[in-house]
Amino acid sequence: MDRVDSVLLPELDGPVPATLPSTLGLLSLALGVGALVAPGPLARLTGVDDSAAARMVIPAVGLRELGSAAGLISGRRPAGWAWSRVVGDAMDLTLLGRALADHGGERRRRLTLTAAVIAGITAVDVLAAVRIGRAQRARARMIRMEIAVTVNRSPAEAYRFWRDVENLPRFMAHLESVRADDLRRSHWIARAPAGQRVEWDAEIIDDQPNKAITWRSLPGTRVPNAGRVRFVPAPGDRGTEVRVELRYAPPAGALGRAVAKLFGEEPEQQVRDDLRRFKQVLEAGEVVRSEGSPNGISVRQQAMQRPAQPLPASRR
Amino acid sequence: MKATAWMGTDSVKVIDVPDPKIMNARDAIVRISTTAICGSDLHLYHGYIPAMRKGDILGHEFMGEVVEVGPQVRNLKPGDRVVVPFPISCGHCSSCQRGLYSVCENSNPNAGIAEKIMGHSPAGIFGYSHLLGGYAGGQAEYARVPFADVGPVKVPDEVRDDQAVMLADVFPTGYMGAEMCDIKPGQVIAVWGAGPVGLFAAASARLLGAERVIVIDRFPYRLRLAEEHVGAETINYEQADVLDTLNEMTAGRGPDACIDAVGLEGHHGNAAMYAYDRAKQAARVETERPFALRQAILACRSGGVVSVVGAYGGFVDKFPMGAFMNRSLIMRTGQCHVQRYTRPLLERIRRGEIDPSFIVSHRMPLRDAPKGYKIFQKKQDDCTKVLLTV
Ligand SMILES: [Zn+2]
Ligand SMILES: [Zn+2]
Repeated sequence: MDRVDSVLLPELDGPVPATLPSTLGLLSLALGVGALVAPGPLARLTGVDDSAAARMVIPAVGLRELGSAAGLISGRRPAGWAWSRVVGDAMDLTLLGRALADHGGERRRRLTLTAAVIAGITAVDVLAAVRIGRAQRARARMIRMEIAVTVNRSPAEAYRFWRDVENLPRFMAHLESVRADDLRRSHWIARAPAGQRVEWDAEIIDDQPNKAITWRSLPGTRVPNAGRVRFVPAPGDRGTEVRVELRYAPPAGALGRAVAKLFGEEPEQQVRDDLRRFKQVLEAGEVVRSEGSPNGISVRQQAMQRPAQPLPASRR
Repeated sequence: MKATAWMGTDSVKVIDVPDPKIMNARDAIVRISTTAICGSDLHLYHGYIPAMRKGDILGHEFMGEVVEVGPQVRNLKPGDRVVVPFPISCGHCSSCQRGLYSVCENSNPNAGIAEKIMGHSPAGIFGYSHLLGGYAGGQAEYARVPFADVGPVKVPDEVRDDQAVMLADVFPTGYMGAEMCDIKPGQVIAVWGAGPVGLFAAASARLLGAERVIVIDRFPYRLRLAEEHVGAETINYEQADVLDTLNEMTAGRGPDACIDAVGLEGHHGNAAMYAYDRAKQAARVETERPFALRQAILACRSGGVVSVVGAYGGFVDKFPMGAFMNRSLIMRTGQCHVQRYTRPLLERIRRGEIDPSFIVSHRMPLRDAPKGYKIFQKKQDDCTKVLLTV
């Protein structure tokens, strides 16, 4: 079978987080080289040129920056190296604070300016480290699955039903609604436990009529997700193999726990149940319900289901 | 409404529950006139089927009058008298379209659980545990019937309730057991179990042209029914060695086909064998006591068919695979695809070719269901089939 490469998620696979560490690395490289090659001018520029210690400290800072640069540009453990830059920034600020205390006049002005620049760099470094770390953790948490069902309908019928994205909540149990904004873009709302909701915008990035639909969430969502569904004619004229690939990265924290609950203990089982409902709607015209499973298929519900409890004494 | 509810092992009660409601466009609500207790209800009663919950409504053999239909049901209207097949089948999946209604791919909303035990899920069944859908059963005043445009069959006035209700399960099940034997003129068919399904399997083997039918059981009153109503020969396995007797009756060939209409709660003439399997079953090491199945395989003539319609739930111990493989046996199995058989068998009843009410031994009102279960379980008072009238 032809294996399809998985769908890109801009936040996690896209160019932004990948280039951020190397940009920081280049900044470190420039600072490090400057500190080693021209410690004197740098000392004058920053206002620490009269200190005896500066001649020792500036090359040491330079070496530290080169270390960070090597780490960041190598691309290994970028979050750790980004945080090492933050630590370095904090050290620099401490030294500058000490120098500020016993200086006045022109030097004090230059030192203050230097401190402001380094504080700015620190802020950028903290933001970058947080972002890189978040993307890394999300990538580590990323859930991928491939699940398929055979539906006794033609690929065209199955495609048509799915392509109208507003149909999706009819068989995807956790979706509250999907609103098509236009032919490509849509707004999704999922119900999470305890009255919480998760919303995101998605776009169809590849649409092959009667064959496949590929979509992904737009950047900025807190639950990046992407998927592809293919409609493959089943051998022997047995309808359509509906093959779904899904990727999503639940966030950490309370929302992450809500998203995890949304997909239950076994996310794959949830999606399998979704596909089973898709089959039911296409073949039988309805989601099949029993007294024990009044909402149709649902793993979570199956654990708690009650078909017919005795009436309370008051209603007998 | 009143309904018979499973309250735990060896315990059923008639309790008050909410009336069923239309949940889907293809549903109907049936006011039940007659319902039956099935041998496989006894497996639930004895606690052998997993996923039963206290308060579950029992019953998968029922008939009555349509009182309400969903907007998609066009073949039925309120007032129609119908009998309802026990498998719930959508009619549109590939299995249903091939006539394999009891393995409908859509009707078990708890398919995920069933898949873990059976690999793939069979159809949902009325009142038969959450493993098979969590549907409320029909030993009640009313029942909701999903896919009412596929399952229920209208019953003409001249066919009585006690005849028609047999079409919900036991008659088609026995008939399918015989049909799977692919009976040819001159053949000898052996049937293990003279309960309702075994008796209907024997009767159907006759209808399908078997030369001789041999029924094996241990209750003289049930064997008598087989002799008097079906014209079968009989073996009481507590009094005779079954394999020797069958070989002797067939001059060493063995029966051409063997029908297991016993299932997972078999008894064995040999006390030690029975105790062995009973103990393993109690310890949940195996779920079945497959005496009838083992014996049917050993007895069957080489190249013959072993047809299994007795209910099994899980795993069988000491399956005689050597005999099965070396002697070119064929095994055919299945919960009955009832919808395939209801109309033709109704026709046979109407034409007077068979009166399936011959197996009914007890009739009582729904409120006496607990008594009915007890009598059927203990085989008291020559009990073969209990009908409950509502
Ligand atoms: Zn039955
Ligand atoms: Zn079906």
